[in-house]
Amino acid sequence: MAEAEAKKTESQSRPALEVAPGPHVHHGALTTRRMMLDVIIALAPVLLVSVAVFRLYALKQIVLCVACCVAAEAVFDLMRHRRPKIDNLSAVVTGLILALSLPGTAPWYVAVVGSAAGIGLGKVVFGGLGHNIFNPAMVGRAFVMICFASAMGATAYQDETSAVHAVTQATPLTQLEQTGETTELWRLFVGNTNGSLGETSALACLLGGLYLLIRRSAAWQIPAGVLLATGALAVVQNAMNPGADWTAAHHLLGGALLFGAFYIATDPVSSPLTPMGRFIFGLGIGALVMLLRVFGGYPEGVMFAVLLMNSVTPLINRWTIPRPVGGPVERKT
Amino acid sequence: MANDGGPTAGERFIRGIIPENPVYRQLLGMCPTLAVTGNLQAAMTMAGATAFVLFCANVLTSLIRGLLKPHLRILVFTLVIATFVTIVDRILQAYLYQMSQQLGPYVPLIIVNCMIISRCEICASKQSVFRAASDAVGVSLGFALALASIAAPRELLGDGALFGFAVMPEAMPQWVIMLLPPGAFITLGLLLGGANWIGQSLNRRKAATE
Repeated sequence: MAEAEAKKTESQSRPALEVAPGPHVHHGALTTRRMMLDVIIALAPVLLVSVAVFRLYALKQIVLCVACCVAAEAVFDLMRHRRPKIDNLSAVVTGLILALSLPGTAPWYVAVVGSAAGIGLGKVVFGGLGHNIFNPAMVGRAFVMICFASAMGATAYQDETSAVHAVTQATPLTQLEQTGETTELWRLFVGNTNGSLGETSALACLLGGLYLLIRRSAAWQIPAGVLLATGALAVVQNAMNPGADWTAAHHLLGGALLFGAFYIATDPVSSPLTPMGRFIFGLGIGALVMLLRVFGGYPEGVMFAVLLMNSVTPLINRWTIPRPVGGPVERKT
Repeated sequence: MANDGGPTAGERFIRGIIPENPVYRQLLGMCPTLAVTGNLQAAMTMAGATAFVLFCANVLTSLIRGLLKPHLRILVFTLVIATFVTIVDRILQAYLYQMSQQLGPYVPLIIVNCMIISRCEICASKQSVFRAASDAVGVSLGFALALASIAAPRELLGDGALFGFAVMPEAMPQWVIMLLPPGAFITLGLLLGGANWIGQSLNRRKAATE
């Protein structure tokens, strides 16, 4: 008892220390708006390629998704009696990423429902930007993918009567799964193949991704982890099937891997906080993508891989708490 | 113990419907709420079956309340409920075979529906038969309302129909996700949020006028 009394008086005599949650260092220019603007600039090459390859299909999807996401954000914010935070551009980025992850042939209601579900169920119900567990664009895409399976499945990408050349073919990964035919590496690199609007061109994704990394708007550990894990597993898979036409390079350049690694997985809200955690997060996504591609029913698995790793982000954060300077704090038990 | 104060039969009846709605206010009976609300027919059959079991169990428990031993009461409740659930299950299999197949294991699972045990424990084992019966009717109505409120949007969006009759235009795309388990969770979550929101704003208005 006496000891406790002594402690009590000791704590009372200490100087008053202000304790506030971080971050304690502010940089005037480092705002949400600037980061989102960086993502939009980085998306520019991808947008250009998608409009060049898919023409009006891409334009329609992009305009619809961005407009619906911004409208959804405004409506849901007003419902919560908050000032609509449209000016931080996060809704625009969600709309762009959602649009670029949809097939160009998807009908208009897919974009509208996907945007509303992404912003509403993915972000606002958790308390708005910064509180969401999952990547809003991927929540929206997963919702419409299960909801309108016939408009989003592998066969929906192809429309043989279309005037746009890319849309008349099957997507490279679907072709691989159904007929075993491979697509030339060069075409996967440049992007004149069918697929989701933003995923076709590896070159555009690399350009935009590099810009994001140089500006440090995205953490380099995440794409590095994704590419490392996918590459390693792809090499293993190739070693097990020697003579296969679809090589590790195809795995890296094809599908939504690069788009997902640079733009989707690097969402700062739903990815871990520590550098080590980010690397583990990236490795997990890359490994899951390869598992889903090789063993899964769908030809591509980036969306599910990102959502699955989003769900273990709090766990990764807890595992990788950095050691404070001067060694770990000893806990008296 | 029996009729000393406490809510009267009428109050019990009213409370079960909205103010103490088993699904929206007490979050009881979540298993049938999530599992069988894919269409209105199944939901209403489940609500009817649950209502029958709840009414009979409440009345019987109230009749034998003087014989209950405290340490054995839950066991007795469960046995009473199980008896009536077996009756309902047999009746459904005999007269509504298709529906019984569709509901599958969820009819026997009424035995472990917390809503019924909670009514036996809270009300029937301490109140007269009339109060217990009116309580059962009120709570059953509340449960049926809740199931209908979840099943209606799910069937409307997922199938474009109500009670199996197509009501939406042919061109409307079917939201398959609403018929699948995620649809149940999303609908229940949004409706719960909505119910809380309405409740809070009503309370605030009441506080403002007083």
